Amino acid sequence: MQRFTVPLLLIAALVCLAWLSQTGVINLYWQSVFMYMGINIILATSLNLVNGNMGEFSCGHAGFMAVGAYVSSLLTVMVLTDDKAMGFALLPPSWSLAFFPISLLLGGLAAAVVGMLVAIPSFKTRGDYLAIITIAASFIVKSTIENINAIGGARGFMGMSNVTKAMSQTIDLPWMLIWVFAGTVFTIWCLRRFLSSTYGKGINAICQDEIAAEIMSVNTNKMKLIAFMLSSGLAGIAGGLFAHAIGYVNPGSFTIMKSTEVLVMVYLGGMGSISGATIAAVVFTLLMEGLRFVFPALNSALHWAHLIPDSYQVSQVWKWVMIPLMLFLLMHIRPEGIMGNRELSNVFPRLKKFYSFK
Amino acid sequence: MIEGLIQNILNALQWGSFYSLIALGYCLVYGVLLLINFAHGDVFMVGAYIAFFISVFFLKNMGMPGWAVLALAVPLTMMLTAGVGVTLERLAYRPLRNKGVHRLYVVITALMCGLILEYGNLAILGASRKNFPTLLPTVVYEVGGVTFTNLKIAVIVIAILVFLFLEKIVSKTMIGMAMRALSYDRFAIPLMGIPQNTIIVFTFVLGSGFAGLAGFMFAMSYPVLDPFMGALVGWKAFIAAVVGGIGSIRGAFAGGFILGFVEIMVVAVFPSSFRDLIAFSILLIILSIKPTGLFGVARHQKI
Amino acid sequence: MALLEVKNLTQHFGGLCAVSEFNATIEPNELVGLIGPNGAGKTTIFNIVSGFYQPTRGEIVFNGRKTVGLKPHKVTGLGVARTFQNIRLWHDMSVLDNIRVAQHYHLGYSLLDCILRTARYERRTREIDALAYEILDALELRQYAEELPKNLPYGIRRRVEIARALSIKPALLLLDEPAAGLNTADLDGLISLIRWIYNEFKISIWMIEHQMQVVMSLCQRIQVIDFGTPIADGTPDQIQNNPLVIKAYLGDEEI
Repeated sequence: MQRFTVPLLLIAALVCLAWLSQTGVINLYWQSVFMYMGINIILATSLNLVNGNMGEFSCGHAGFMAVGAYVSSLLTVMVLTDDKAMGFALLPPSWSLAFFPISLLLGGLAAAVVGMLVAIPSFKTRGDYLAIITIAASFIVKSTIENINAIGGARGFMGMSNVTKAMSQTIDLPWMLIWVFAGTVFTIWCLRRFLSSTYGKGINAICQDEIAAEIMSVNTNKMKLIAFMLSSGLAGIAGGLFAHAIGYVNPGSFTIMKSTEVLVMVYLGGMGSISGATIAAVVFTLLMEGLRFVFPALNSALHWAHLIPDSYQVSQVWKWVMIPLMLFLLMHIRPEGIMGNRELSNVFPRLKKFYSFK
Repeated sequence: MIEGLIQNILNALQWGSFYSLIALGYCLVYGVLLLINFAHGDVFMVGAYIAFFISVFFLKNMGMPGWAVLALAVPLTMMLTAGVGVTLERLAYRPLRNKGVHRLYVVITALMCGLILEYGNLAILGASRKNFPTLLPTVVYEVGGVTFTNLKIAVIVIAILVFLFLEKIVSKTMIGMAMRALSYDRFAIPLMGIPQNTIIVFTFVLGSGFAGLAGFMFAMSYPVLDPFMGALVGWKAFIAAVVGGIGSIRGAFAGGFILGFVEIMVVAVFPSSFRDLIAFSILLIILSIKPTGLFGVARHQKI
Repeated sequence: MALLEVKNLTQHFGGLCAVSEFNATIEPNELVGLIGPNGAGKTTIFNIVSGFYQPTRGEIVFNGRKTVGLKPHKVTGLGVARTFQNIRLWHDMSVLDNIRVAQHYHLGYSLLDCILRTARYERRTREIDALAYEILDALELRQYAEELPKNLPYGIRRRVEIARALSIKPALLLLDEPAAGLNTADLDGLISLIRWIYNEFKISIWMIEHQMQVVMSLCQRIQVIDFGTPIADGTPDQIQNNPLVIKAYLGDEEI
């Protein structure tokens, strides 16, 4: 019975969320917040595999997200919708429900292939150099997208909302919420299964002593490849979900600031801890939403106290100062993050009864 | 035809001078701390903005003539920018160094400092771009079909002078030797009676001061400033340093000009939006094949 | 056929010549020592045999296979295991995990098996766990199975490292200064442990060591190198009385 506790809880949560959204108790704004939460969880836990468990420094997660976003969006818009730029639909809209997850997986696959291109230099270089390679790769992805006018160049393209509408018209449910939920569960499930096995522990061994790992029979190059491809593939899935959740995609969403956001989540949560990354992703999402209201309030307060000149308005741009500042402070005050590299089950040992980590 | 080539070469030299000047800063800090100071490009940006505010102040508010503004503002900008670099070191890197944390955390901090400078600038000064005032009249020379300005020549000459100056310091002076020693064994240095922090501060003063100089000259050459100007130029300069060999002053200097050449040639053939793409691709290729760069020296790892 | 043949091994690091024309042969089920003053190049030789360094010149043949150019994990997979001068255990993983991860070459399942938890995965995991416990029992380390190496005393860590190397079921075990840092009480334990391993598993052991009592009491044959070249090879008695060896360690006789 205990083996099924977690899956049952998850299904119950999903049904709850879906029903509350359907009836409007959870309004569209909060639905989107939950979706961002899920997407951020996928991004944070997937980056955690490379930055946390393997101890590398990959700074280009936004690039993989972009690949997944574009590939899955192009697929759904070209195949399922009549679009001015992308041509007529190849499949009827009723197929959206079946085709959408396929497009997500294909987006993830494309992102994994790009991840492979970044993994190969990582065989010989480490540390700072890998950071540079990943930032460069992310920039190249963004720059390439901007140069291809057929997919909208720097302006990007829209049309994904037609796909999500088609899904709701086939079966009336808040589908994007459901897909994001499914994607999040899938990600955590995959990573958990991988990292708790002896196979996955090779990644930790590389982090703690790569030379010993290589000499003690771990094929470090292959493990790095797997880690990068798994990480970037999942980021690609997150990208696909992101694009369809907001209904449009453009390269400006995938800058180094986006990569920094994911870095903040990973280091906030604690390197190598899946539960840490998840908690941090949730906290971070809520924090960012909260700032939407905090800054205008702060603005009024500062003006009222005559601390700033009338011509100056505290705008949302300060959010982008706060995010790197958060990571800066984390590095100085608590680099091991909320959870260190412990999991929730280390902090609350009784949880171990409910699901085993082996 | 040949004039076109010489014209391009001159443009490349001038363009490359900026990369070289900034690359030298990366190189100095890396040579001493084995740290890639990702915020360096943004220190350059801050230098350009400091140059702007000082020049405007002297020119408009105090009504001084252009050449006087130049004479005063350049050293002042360099000193203030050096101050920014030193503050960065004090606030961001030294506490982590003293705690002895993993180098990764310092690298992350460096990246974040850069972003804070960029977006802080955007948040405080707003998105409107600043126009740098003209300090000296531009004199255009024309020799055999090739045009160049006094400013272009000045930039190239200054870059070469700075390189020679730094090369002299690092290889011929005591403090230069101490800088090199620091990169080999940080813990032995204080045991030898050498004040570690003084050397590090000195390195940042040099690197950031010259970044400030580069910022001033860049602002004079391309008078439109925006908060993200440092990001891209900084990254290119960094690519230049890596291409040349980030531990080596000669390497960084050569790398700047090599990158300048590559970019000018690329723009001559491909659409200009490809320029940055190709620069970053070169970076990836060099890092995959010879991570230590063209002139760099690999350090063996003993187990 | 010899188990391991090292022929004309030469290693240059930039201008420094660390190893020069080194030759060695290890037969199956032999216990051989490699000694020499500090900096003589002994660990470098082990690193080359492990596959970590590519030699400037020379050939290494293990069980009839040329191993120069193979990646270290492949060399280990062929049957060469080692321990390190400075113990290189994975300090934030349990002792049990340290041994499990060393089985990576012979894991026997794929990523897909691992995520889907197929029957093959379950079976191999059980087998690897059984193997790990067997080794821990054999070396009397069972009670430390869930401990982290960073919390264990030095002598126990050394044993764990040897256990990890043994778990790979090697034909050749390279021990790099196994007695380093041990006190006299632990030394006796180590000597009997190595003797026991040699008799029980019938493998070859090649040992770098500075502590003479360990070398002389265990090794059937000893090779001495200085400045990267071999200077003597023989039984413990022969080595002890060899004037070249004495000169290398103590310098010229002065009257």
